[in-house]
Amino acid sequence: MDPCSLTAVQIARAVKARELTAVAVWEAFEARIRRFNPTLNAFLHVNPRAAAEAAAVDARLAAGEDPGPLAGVPVAVKDNIVTCGMPTTCASRILEGWVSPYDATVVKNLRAAGAVLAGKTNLDEFAMGGSNENSAFGPVRNPWDLRVVPGGSSGGSAASVAARLVPLALGSDTGGSVRQPASFCHLHGLKPTYGRVSRFGLVAFASSLDQIGPLARTADDAALLFGVLAGHDPHDATSLRPEELALAPAPAGPLRVGVVREFFAEGLDPRVRGVIEAALAKWKAAGATLVDVSLPSARYGIAIYYLLATSEASSNLSRYDGVRYAFRAADARNLEDLYSRTRGQGFGPEVKRRILLGTYALSAGYYDAYYRKAQQVRTLIRREVSAAFETCDVLAGPTVPTPPFGLGALIGDPLSMYLSDMYAVVANLAGVPALSVPAGFTQANGMAADGMTADGAAAIPTLPVGLQVMARPGHEATLFAFARGQEALFPELGGRVAPDPEEVSR
Amino acid sequence: MKMIERETVLKIARLARLELSSEEIEAMQGQLGRILSYVEMIQGVDTEGVEPTAHVLDVDMTLRPDVPVEAEVPPSTYLKTAPDSGYGFFKVPRIVEGGEHGSV
Repeated sequence: MDPCSLTAVQIARAVKARELTAVAVWEAFEARIRRFNPTLNAFLHVNPRAAAEAAAVDARLAAGEDPGPLAGVPVAVKDNIVTCGMPTTCASRILEGWVSPYDATVVKNLRAAGAVLAGKTNLDEFAMGGSNENSAFGPVRNPWDLRVVPGGSSGGSAASVAARLVPLALGSDTGGSVRQPASFCHLHGLKPTYGRVSRFGLVAFASSLDQIGPLARTADDAALLFGVLAGHDPHDATSLRPEELALAPAPAGPLRVGVVREFFAEGLDPRVRGVIEAALAKWKAAGATLVDVSLPSARYGIAIYYLLATSEASSNLSRYDGVRYAFRAADARNLEDLYSRTRGQGFGPEVKRRILLGTYALSAGYYDAYYRKAQQVRTLIRREVSAAFETCDVLAGPTVPTPPFGLGALIGDPLSMYLSDMYAVVANLAGVPALSVPAGFTQANGMAADGMTADGAAAIPTLPVGLQVMARPGHEATLFAFARGQEALFPELGGRVAPDPEEVSR
Repeated sequence: MKMIERETVLKIARLARLELSSEEIEAMQGQLGRILSYVEMIQGVDTEGVEPTAHVLDVDMTLRPDVPVEAEVPPSTYLKTAPDSGYGFFKVPRIVEGGEHGSV
């Protein structure tokens, strides 16, 4: 049995049943990482202690102990989540060589659940970007087509799961950074309810929006990892206690699916529209109730996101000053010079752009017009989302307005890149959970969502398309119920895996 | 395409303690100008009497009990990951001009 073709659920079951050793599982995945990472550039660092961690899981089983729900399952960690014993770079020169003295809470949770930490994955610098091209350590390639981006900012995590270098990975999602790469790589990617997963040890980008979430190839795998991540953490004051907001069960009976009118308006690529409309039609045929809903203020989502996220980032990133972390510019004349030169040399262009934009939005004379106004419009979006859930269980639409785009296609056009998250940001702004599920592939010949041509022959898959569902705060279980329903409606999509990429020597 | 003034870029770069090359300043004038033109769309939204969002969820966040806890990692560990430290402190270049002492 090749462990790399198994799901996380199957691996944990086989390891616990002692049909597979955790060491054998890790060796199989490590071999794939060594073969294919030079092409994909998904991993920045492979955990040198992973084999020892796997051996410890096997030893616990031999001693009759239960290692936990992720027994022997390799999990990759986005490199903006801190880990003892491995570098945390945020794909930035400014943190190159820095090693955290502590583990993020989610990493502690992984270890306690019996997972094997596979390593740290590439990302857009400080999680700022939608293509993984803003990494100081080079772009990631999409295993479905090496000419296109894997999405971002969790591009390394998504590419590594899609290429079966790991069964599971952690991403972080501030404005779509888990869901957009999930859509581009044919994966399940969840942004949990704001506060459901601890951010202690997640390098802060925009604190009113950030959440850590799972990337997986199946709904059950995503739910399994979410279960390990979720929970209150005294180290994160924004993390939810069960009495503040409990995890709600999925509704009994057929789902009421709200179709967000504004997510099918101007700006939606017809190839994506075809896949999503076909998927929703199949849901309707299977007995789901489709409800027409409107979120009129969603059209302001990107505008307010880029005011709020950059404002928060300009504050959060002020700590990188050449005093406390790894990198310091060599030629400073005085302290202020040390700050400016360290930051000028250490940050890449997108991070600089966002720090400047946020500083502008918060500066004297502009605060009311930009920051305060954006928070007021955010209140309108929250109200509209809340009202929409009075008539439905989930709000559905495309995750991203376009299929994955070519490497280099948007790098000179930041605003167009930002628009890639026009549907995704709504969930972050409203604090609600949202999941991207595989919906199909764009087709060279026709646009059937199930990847079959009209005469039933298998078409050549071109590029993945994801469908996003949002739910009420606390209702992640409803999203997973939708994802399982989607898998049942489109069984052929679940069996489809990215081809092994061409190997390059380095 | 709307540009923002070179002086404006320099002013916010100084506020953000961010050294920029002249090529970067020029690029930012156009890029920030284009993004700011886009976000202008929110100025037309009627937000009369609308409270700005302070917390995204309608939950009452409870405060933890005000009791001290032990740090899991001793402060000295953080000094080891800094570019320069000594005597239990972070070391930085001279802050007061003309003084006799000061590191670097």
